[in-house]
Amino acid sequence: MPDLGKYAEAVLSAYAVSIVLLVAIVVLTVWRGRKVRAEMEAVERRSGRNG
Amino acid sequence: MSLWEYANPVKFLRLSERVQPWLWWGSGVCLVVGLIWGFFFTPDDFRQGSTVKIIYLHVPSALMAINAWFMMLVASLIWIVRRHHVSALAARAAAPVGIVMTLIALFTGAIWGQPMWGTWWAWDPRLTSFLILFLFYLGYVALWEAIEDPDTAADLTSILCLVGTVFAVLSRYAVLFWNQGLHQGASLSLDKEENVADVFYFPLLVCIAGFVLLFLALVLYRTGTEIRVRRTRALMARETRGAGLRAEEA
Amino acid sequence: MRALFFRDLALALRAGGGFGLGLAFFLIVVVLVPFSVGPQSALLTQIAPGVLWLGALLACLLSLDRLLAVDWEDGALDLLATSPLPLEGIVAVKAAAHWVTTGLPLVLAAPVLGVLLNLAPSGYGVLVLSLALGTPALSMIGAFGAALTVGIKRGGLLLSLLVLPLYVPTLIFGAEAARRAAEGLDSGTPLLLLAGITLAVLAAMPFAAGAVLRVNLR
Repeated sequence: MPDLGKYAEAVLSAYAVSIVLLVAIVVLTVWRGRKVRAEMEAVERRSGRNG
Repeated sequence: MSLWEYANPVKFLRLSERVQPWLWWGSGVCLVVGLIWGFFFTPDDFRQGSTVKIIYLHVPSALMAINAWFMMLVASLIWIVRRHHVSALAARAAAPVGIVMTLIALFTGAIWGQPMWGTWWAWDPRLTSFLILFLFYLGYVALWEAIEDPDTAADLTSILCLVGTVFAVLSRYAVLFWNQGLHQGASLSLDKEENVADVFYFPLLVCIAGFVLLFLALVLYRTGTEIRVRRTRALMARETRGAGLRAEEA
Repeated sequence: MRALFFRDLALALRAGGGFGLGLAFFLIVVVLVPFSVGPQSALLTQIAPGVLWLGALLACLLSLDRLLAVDWEDGALDLLATSPLPLEGIVAVKAAAHWVTTGLPLVLAAPVLGVLLNLAPSGYGVLVLSLALGTPALSMIGAFGAALTVGIKRGGLLLSLLVLPLYVPTLIFGAEAARRAAEGLDSGTPLLLLAGITLAVLAAMPFAAGAVLRVNLR
């Protein structure tokens, strides 16, 4: 851990906020992507059987 | 073999699936290397102390916030002129990523501003323009969400994107004018590019590369998701129509 | 075209058309400001130009969602679209009618409300001039926003979210001109820039609004 001096709080909180936001958008993106893909495959299987 | 071939959703998906692992890994490696390099192995600035380390997040996110809007503008134009659905969906996919980038830029800027300028927020032209950009993003996303019919939504949002771009640029200059009017010459914003020394420059470049790759990966992934949503909807519509026909026959 | 203009005027003037509502709203906003910031006249003098501009802008926004929605709901818009008039012209005429019924009264009322806010004597002329130059742009941009959200139920809030960022340049230059004049400075530059924005908006925005309306009527 480098010595951040008196600004440690600012630097660490900036990194924390940014990383949380980045992780959040990635997780949300992948989560929604998975859900949508599963839905589509379910519908495809169904229509494959019927049609 | 032309670029427009990838306007076909199937071809686009195939290519994007092939490219995506590279993008994800590339962005991950760049971000980890760049941020660790920047955080642990760069010296403090003699004036800004350790807060200079925030630059590795602030500059790339600000850059991507503007470029994301620019990408949306190009995609909207392609939709208006050539009516490729993938293009409209890519614009839609990019907007939330742009919002996150804008937020990161605003937050890190405020956190940096607190010890350096003695205030979280100043109505400095740059900060103000970013806030306005954020509002434009919000309006754009809200309009997408509000309209049911996907083609109508694509048309309206792309026109909004064009008009919004003109007004965003206009606001940028208006804000510049407005603040100069308030305090003559007492500008708070340090021009960052000028006084960045090589020690800070190289990790910054790596971080920028990481943000660019991450943006591309996210947009490709999200565009794929939007394409699948569209396909699911189409399949379901066909299903209900089929069911209706069978019911009529019976 | 002229017939449409007078029809819109007549509709707005009739009871329930919302005429005067914007004016009342403007008055109330201005009356509420001293309650929120305190009655010190020096402070009010300082913020008067900005408050008057903001009040006028919000009052203008208030009536936008009825600009096209009424004709959309009863089908008049579809009829108008099939008429020989181009949609761009229709939108422009409707924006003009909106300005006459909303923007113009605001311009005329602003000096009276300026007295309430203790506006500096040198500011009145430029305040009225800047409002007169700026409010047509507000109406035209608003017509674009109304065209965007016309097909959406309860689109009022969305309309404000879309339109307000577009108002930023007009507000900045308009309020800046009024503020400079009130402080006794030269306000020529912001006035020229404001006029430029308004002219550009009036020239280009009908096409954007017409295109949007065409999509919505499809």
